[in-house]
Amino acid sequence: MAEPLLSVRNLSVTFPNRSGDVHAVRGVSYDIAEGEFFGIVGESGSGKSVSSLAIMGLLPDNARLSGEIRFGGRDLLELDDRQLSGIRGHDIAIVFQDPLSALTPVYTVGDQIAEAVRIHDRAVSRQAATARAVDLLRIVGIPDPVRRASSFPHEFSGGMRQRVMIAMAIANNPRLIIADEPTTALDVTIQAQILEVLEKARAITGAAVSLITHDLGVIAGHADRVGVMYAGRLVELGTATEVFHAPTMPYTIGLLRSVPNIRTAGSERLVSLAGRPPSLGALPRGCPFADRCPLAIEVCRQVEPPLVPPTAAGAAAHPAACHRADEIASGKIGRAEVFPVADAIPASARVPRGAEPVLSVRGLKRHFPLLGGGLLRRPVGTVRAVDGVSFEVAPGRTFALVGESGCGKTTTVLEVMELAKPQEGEIRVEGTDVATLGRVERRTLRADIQMVFQDAAAAVDPRLPVGDVIAEPLLAQRMPRADRDARVAELLELVGLDRGMAERYPHEFSGGQRQRIGIARGLATRPKILVLDEPVSALDVSVQAGIINLLEDLKVELGLAMVFVAHDLAIVRQIADEVGVMYLGRIIEQGPIAEVFGTPRHPYTQALMSAAPIPDPAIERTRERIVLEGDLPSPAQRIDGCRFRTRCPLYRILDADARALCDGVDPELEPHGDARVACHHVDRNPLVVA
Amino acid sequence: MMSELVLAQGEPVEGPTPQTPPGRHGSRAAIIWRTLRTNARFWVGASLLAVLIVWAIAGPFLWPWRSVDQDTDWLLAPPMAGHWFGTDELGHDVYAQVMSGLGISLTVGFIGGLLATALAAVIGAFAGYIGGAGDAIITWMVNLLLVIPTFFILIICYPFFRGSSYWIIALFFGLTGWMITSQVIRAQTRALRERDYVRAARFMGFPPFTVVRRHIIPNVASLLIVDAALGIGGVILAETTLSIFGFGIQPPAVSLGGLIFDGSSSATTRPWLFMFPGFTLVAILFSLNLLGDALRDAIDPTSGANRG
Repeated sequence: MAEPLLSVRNLSVTFPNRSGDVHAVRGVSYDIAEGEFFGIVGESGSGKSVSSLAIMGLLPDNARLSGEIRFGGRDLLELDDRQLSGIRGHDIAIVFQDPLSALTPVYTVGDQIAEAVRIHDRAVSRQAATARAVDLLRIVGIPDPVRRASSFPHEFSGGMRQRVMIAMAIANNPRLIIADEPTTALDVTIQAQILEVLEKARAITGAAVSLITHDLGVIAGHADRVGVMYAGRLVELGTATEVFHAPTMPYTIGLLRSVPNIRTAGSERLVSLAGRPPSLGALPRGCPFADRCPLAIEVCRQVEPPLVPPTAAGAAAHPAACHRADEIASGKIGRAEVFPVADAIPASARVPRGAEPVLSVRGLKRHFPLLGGGLLRRPVGTVRAVDGVSFEVAPGRTFALVGESGCGKTTTVLEVMELAKPQEGEIRVEGTDVATLGRVERRTLRADIQMVFQDAAAAVDPRLPVGDVIAEPLLAQRMPRADRDARVAELLELVGLDRGMAERYPHEFSGGQRQRIGIARGLATRPKILVLDEPVSALDVSVQAGIINLLEDLKVELGLAMVFVAHDLAIVRQIADEVGVMYLGRIIEQGPIAEVFGTPRHPYTQALMSAAPIPDPAIERTRERIVLEGDLPSPAQRIDGCRFRTRCPLYRILDADARALCDGVDPELEPHGDARVACHHVDRNPLVVA
Repeated sequence: MMSELVLAQGEPVEGPTPQTPPGRHGSRAAIIWRTLRTNARFWVGASLLAVLIVWAIAGPFLWPWRSVDQDTDWLLAPPMAGHWFGTDELGHDVYAQVMSGLGISLTVGFIGGLLATALAAVIGAFAGYIGGAGDAIITWMVNLLLVIPTFFILIICYPFFRGSSYWIIALFFGLTGWMITSQVIRAQTRALRERDYVRAARFMGFPPFTVVRRHIIPNVASLLIVDAALGIGGVILAETTLSIFGFGIQPPAVSLGGLIFDGSSSATTRPWLFMFPGFTLVAILFSLNLLGDALRDAIDPTSGANRG
């Protein structure tokens, strides 16, 4: 085998800290070959970003590094900052997670790319560098690159900025591109675009790519080899097929089974990993995963296992850091049996359909005036955030609203939560039109409809002890003190927390626990309807599963009706009974979950499903994707006819007559099968989701 | 039921958890008090302030001289047996004057400083929370008050309260010192209003007043506490300026600020005239700072002392 491009040997990174050293990376070794696509996957705090920043020499000065990073015949750890600067951006380029803060706001993107070219080669003239910048922008798919080169970063959308970052990264034909969570902040359709651009950049420059992510699906489709990190160590390393199809470390097995898969979601419960990763400042003796591992035996708590191939299974096996890897690799312990899975909810427990809806929304509209900057602040336009949304939720059922950011899904539920007369349309809770309510009636009704927010850290008052946070809705309903205390204890246990935790402040809890607090608060008044706005999107994958399982249980036990807002289709398929797909303030496809996701009919639903990554390399590599062009248009823009036609893949292949219909007439939701679809050309749609 | 608190596995928090009676958990007020109680700075600050207050109230009864008495036998005497803090050029006993000035300054400072902070909190938080036209009107009035010099208002109003007690001076400081802080509070409130927990409280059906009291004020409390602690000291000193121009507290009544000002001209030659009132003022400010720090730590669970 040829000399690897990058060879990391026994890399350790320690941050000194007043309360003890934080061992962020502990002895990591891996190689990346020329032109290889290497994926590093891990949860937040696993050391995946720190280990890659170490390669670039971008860690803070107080970081203590040891080990060896060999690149192009040199040990990068022994170079000083000036020597490293010659390599950074020239031989090794990096694409950061947040493209807004990675670009300088006061220079045009063309200048910034040109600067990246000229800084490593002063011989290039200014004009040549600018011309190269335009070329690069064209390569990464920025429309009208000549004009856009003189635009400033804030004039670009998130996805476009990430393209600019990639253009800058490949400006000097690097040999290695490190991409640190490049798509985490982006919508799925944009994520699919960016990953394609990254593949294209790799094909053009022949560079190796090291992709760092928490999303197993993103890795599955692209990476040749995958390293799984946990608590500062690589715990499993192998080809994508090995890691995804024959995982050997229990952590990897659990991680793979804790993410829902858009194809199979909903058929069985997710594996929820108990507990949380250990603090890197105070690691226990032995295997850091032992506390969460159902297979842990005595030796696991004494000795940390090395990353070696299991011996029993023959030479073909890939390395995994587990004392019991032999038993797993040889099949003595079935992979499916490592983590116990709770039984799927019996269909009989579900409330039958046809019950009176507890929440019904008809033709809801919410338009915001767009004010001019002048003294009088005259309206200069209208943002049609929600533009005619209708849905119903029956008791014990879950209705999900999905769509990309900016589609109006959150505005819709916030408008419902106001319990006030909407600008247009009608909101009925348990048959009562909320527009007719008086002040006291409205307060009483609020006990029946409660909300759980996306960012649990922001949704609870940091100055209130958790017990008071959970008791708040009860206080609003004037429940006496003693009853409140009893109910709080009950709720804490219901969501899987200890009742003694009532006196702690929110910052003492982990992200997953905080979201449980949010759910406990939402359930305090025994509501009939629970509105959840992206309740798991801010959480780590292994924690997500626990919350989803909890919500599934609550739905059955309490007969709750839920409105679930999300952008992750797999999670929606896991939990929802019915779904509405939103685009620019409208629901464009609506119906039972199996129908909509089984046979998507609207081109947008098809594109969304096709963009959703599946954590299975075999499927990912053979999928034909429907990749949408461009970004979500601004909701302030007025689009005549069908509002999806500017990005519609179907529209592009239609003949002129058929297009005229799309241009002129705004499609209404029409029944097709069990679902309702707002598209004129459902019958002649040849697009199929792979 | 639960007299022992059992922690779930992998629970991130360490340290002792206070015990509570079964079946109920401590609410915010109880927890704040418990945190305060274990804070040494709180007790030092509170004792010091208590000593000062008791001294100001009870001290004069235990001392033969009153602040207006003159001992013509001893003019400009340094500290001695009969005059612990010495005397000034008219034979006034400095110890008696400090006690009297301390009482007046504490009253003026506390009323003025706390009133200003309270007004700033209430007006700023409401303007920020309600937004829209109400906010615009309040902000406009605040700006108007800011451009009219305080001193100018005083000159206009002075004929109406000439000769009345120093309570009026205290009220005057309270009513004229809240504007800048209120604008800071307003800006913070506008940011807080967009937080999900404030939105959540609204969706629970709390009226604006309750939301402001429960969620806005505690979250700007650090700022308010610093403002109050500084404000009290500031009012005590500002009163001196007024006295110099012939408005504030006039002889024969004395204030700490006035004593410090009079004594400062001879600070090097006759230090007792300057030092004793000066140290008393420092003691007030020191106790306020300790109390403010302790209170802030107790209210803000994420501040230094609690982070561990």
